[in-house]
Amino acid sequence: MALLDPVNSALRRVPAWPVYICALLYAGWLFWLGVTGGLGADPVKKLEHAYGEAGLYLLIAGLCVTPLRRFAGLNLMKFRRAIGLACFFFITVHLLTWAVLDVQRLDRVWADIVKRPYITVGMAGFVLLLPLAVTSNNWSVRRLGPLWTKLHKLVYPAAILGGVHYVMLVKGWQVRPLVFLAIVVFLVALRYVPRRRSRQAGTTRVARP
Amino acid sequence: MAYRWKNDLTDRDVTDEAVYLNRRQLLAGAAAGVGLAGIGSRATAAELEPTSWEDVTSYNNYYEFGTGKDDPAKYAHRLTVEPWSVQIDGLVDSPGSYAFEDIMAKMTVEERIYRFRCVEAWSMVVPWNGFELADLLEMAGVQSGAKYVAFETALRPDEMPGVARPVLDWPYVEGLRLDEAMHPLTIMATGIYGRDIPNQNGAPLRLVVPWKYGFKSIKSIVRITLTEDEPPTSWNKANPREYGFYSNVNPEVDHPRWSQASERVIGTGLFARRQDTLMFNGYADEVGALYAGMDLTKNF
Repeated sequence: MALLDPVNSALRRVPAWPVYICALLYAGWLFWLGVTGGLGADPVKKLEHAYGEAGLYLLIAGLCVTPLRRFAGLNLMKFRRAIGLACFFFITVHLLTWAVLDVQRLDRVWADIVKRPYITVGMAGFVLLLPLAVTSNNWSVRRLGPLWTKLHKLVYPAAILGGVHYVMLVKGWQVRPLVFLAIVVFLVALRYVPRRRSRQAGTTRVARP
Repeated sequence: MAYRWKNDLTDRDVTDEAVYLNRRQLLAGAAAGVGLAGIGSRATAAELEPTSWEDVTSYNNYYEFGTGKDDPAKYAHRLTVEPWSVQIDGLVDSPGSYAFEDIMAKMTVEERIYRFRCVEAWSMVVPWNGFELADLLEMAGVQSGAKYVAFETALRPDEMPGVARPVLDWPYVEGLRLDEAMHPLTIMATGIYGRDIPNQNGAPLRLVVPWKYGFKSIKSIVRITLTEDEPPTSWNKANPREYGFYSNVNPEVDHPRWSQASERVIGTGLFARRQDTLMFNGYADEVGALYAGMDLTKNF
């Protein structure tokens, strides 16, 4: 752990706000490419998928923060809120792209949510993320106390739903969505690795992959 | 016997090289074609604006080269298409291996501008060059017991990076009922826009059945077998609940995971409106009779 101390203290000087700026710039750049013909023959699908995928990457990044601290001693805790909110932002624009640019009609959007299992699953994941996004501020953390930690465990089922959503929407059994889902399940499973008896006995702990 | 079906558009509308390299000019050309052609009953030029060469040849589903839409354009150049031969066997009078050149020497190639509707709810318009499958089958001599035609795509692990993964049960196979195969709309395509068909589109010869979802139009065919029984088909084997043997374009029968009532038209941009999907992809007048009396929700 001492090995990463200089890294951790250097990270303490890095602000979290560039995460938001990068998320906005990336989303805006993709949209601009779509408008100007830079996303190829089917820009709606490409944009939809790119936003959704960015959301999944950020879900995974967010889920990595705690295990990295626990098993590797790397402290990225100060970036976790920004990662989470950026993730929520991408999943929201993913949803909007699907509803507004792809499906285009509110009645069909609703019909799809009710009738199509992969959309129901994706939508359920989004709904689970809503209270987390709303309570991602210092006031809520103080106000909710221990309940806040409990509430934010909703990100586990949400992430798994997101991974399942991806596996379900492709034709056939494709590798990439399955890898995404496997990573998400692995990261959630890490939460259930039993705690060591003594936190000080750091040198004797069993190495985890 | 070629030319059993006629487009209302002629090849003059599309084959000019300067035109097809630029879609906007092409649209203008097609619009001019309407004025010249005047009457057009079922396939008016207004409906059938051919998709640009670039989109037709860069946005493909050909899982042998990968599941991404741009994978075929990236990797299909590895496919050796010369020499090529097609095994024609089963219930035919003259079974055997037919060299591609020998087939082409006997066939009449014509242009067919068809709608192309993917099961994923997107569509294109493709100006194919090809010959009627019926002519090829007649060349081999269809025996009276034959009721179906089975097709098989080449399987070349050295040239096809996608087959290393069991996304589907390789080789890709498809099938048609004999009357569907003999229908004048059913062609074997060997070109697009008057050029040799690019590898990513199924070189050197592929099936095109315009009233069925795109995956029925099997690419890079190495074998055609006339059979008595309904042959297995790849997507049906992979997921029988989602993909039937017939797979006719039908806006009223949804895919279990998405609606088939409308489609995104490739090449129309980020803000384009969806287009309503037509029964039998707009070819109901020509092929509706083939399915008279059949329950299309069961025989999907």
